Amino acid sequence: MISIDWYLALSAVLFCIGIIGVLIRKNAIVIFMCVELMLNAVNLSLLSFSSYHGNVDGQILVFFSLAVAAAEAVVGLAIIIAIFRNNLSVDVSRINLLRW
Amino acid sequence: MISYIFIFLAILAVASALAVVISRNTVNSALFLVLTMVALAGVYLLLQAQFVAVIQVIVYAGAIMVLFLFVIMLLNLDAEKSLFNKLRVKYFVAFIFGVAVLAQILYSMGTVSNMLPEISPQMAQIGTVEAIGDVLFKEYILPFHIVALLLTAAATGALLIAQHTINPVTEKND
Repeated sequence: MISIDWYLALSAVLFCIGIIGVLIRKNAIVIFMCVELMLNAVNLSLLSFSSYHGNVDGQILVFFSLAVAAAEAVVGLAIIIAIFRNNLSVDVSRINLLRW
Repeated sequence: MISYIFIFLAILAVASALAVVISRNTVNSALFLVLTMVALAGVYLLLQAQFVAVIQVIVYAGAIMVLFLFVIMLLNLDAEKSLFNKLRVKYFVAFIFGVAVLAQILYSMGTVSNMLPEISPQMAQIGTVEAIGDVLFKEYILPFHIVALLLTAAATGALLIAQHTINPVTEKND
C-alpha cells in the first residue's frame, strides 16, 4: 500500500505548478485553468485524508467543492467574455482600468 | 502493482500540468488540462473513491472543459508569442516563489508524517455511490439544496454578464 505522504506530495506539486502558472501567464483563460488545477490539487488532498481516515465527509466536501468550481467556472468565463468584448483582448497586462 | 499505477498516474498528471502552463496555444493547454483531470480521476480510483472519480470525469473533464474550449474557440485567440522567447526576471521570481511554497508544504508535511494515519481498511465500503448517497441525502441535505440554488444563481448571473447589451445613447450619437 502507498503511504499517504505520496498523495499529499502529488497534491502539493500540482498546487505549486498552478501557482507558477497563475504568476507567469498573461492569458486570462490559461490563468483560469491554472486556478482549476489548484482546486483539483486541494481536492486530491481532501480525498486522500478522507480515504485514509475512513471517513466519508471528505468526499462529500469534494462533491460540494466540485459544484462550487463549476459555478465559478461559469461566472469567470462569462466575465472573460465581457472583458474580451470591451478590450478585444484577454491579456491581463492590458486590462489596467483599475490600476493605480 | 498499485504503486506502479500510482507512479504512472502521478507522472502523467504532473507532466500534463506542466504542459498546461508551458504550451503557447490555449487549446493545447485546455486539452492537457483534460489529461490532468483524467489522471487525477485514476488517482481517486486508487484511493477507493469511485463516486468522486466518476464525477470528476463527468463534471470536470466533460462539462467544465467543454465550456472552456467553447469560450476559447468563441474568442478566437491566437497563440501567445512572447512566452519564453526572452528570459525575464518575472519568470525566475515566479519560479522561486512556487518552489518556496512547495518546500514549505513539503517541510510541514515531513514534520508530521509520522502522525499521519494508515489507510483505513473499511474504505472499500465507504467510497461507493450507495454510502455517499446515504450520507449526502440524510446529513447534508440542506447544503445539497443550497448548492442547487448556487448553480441556478451562477447560470443566471453568467447569462446576465455575458449578454450583449447595446447602449442606446451611443446608437443615437452615431
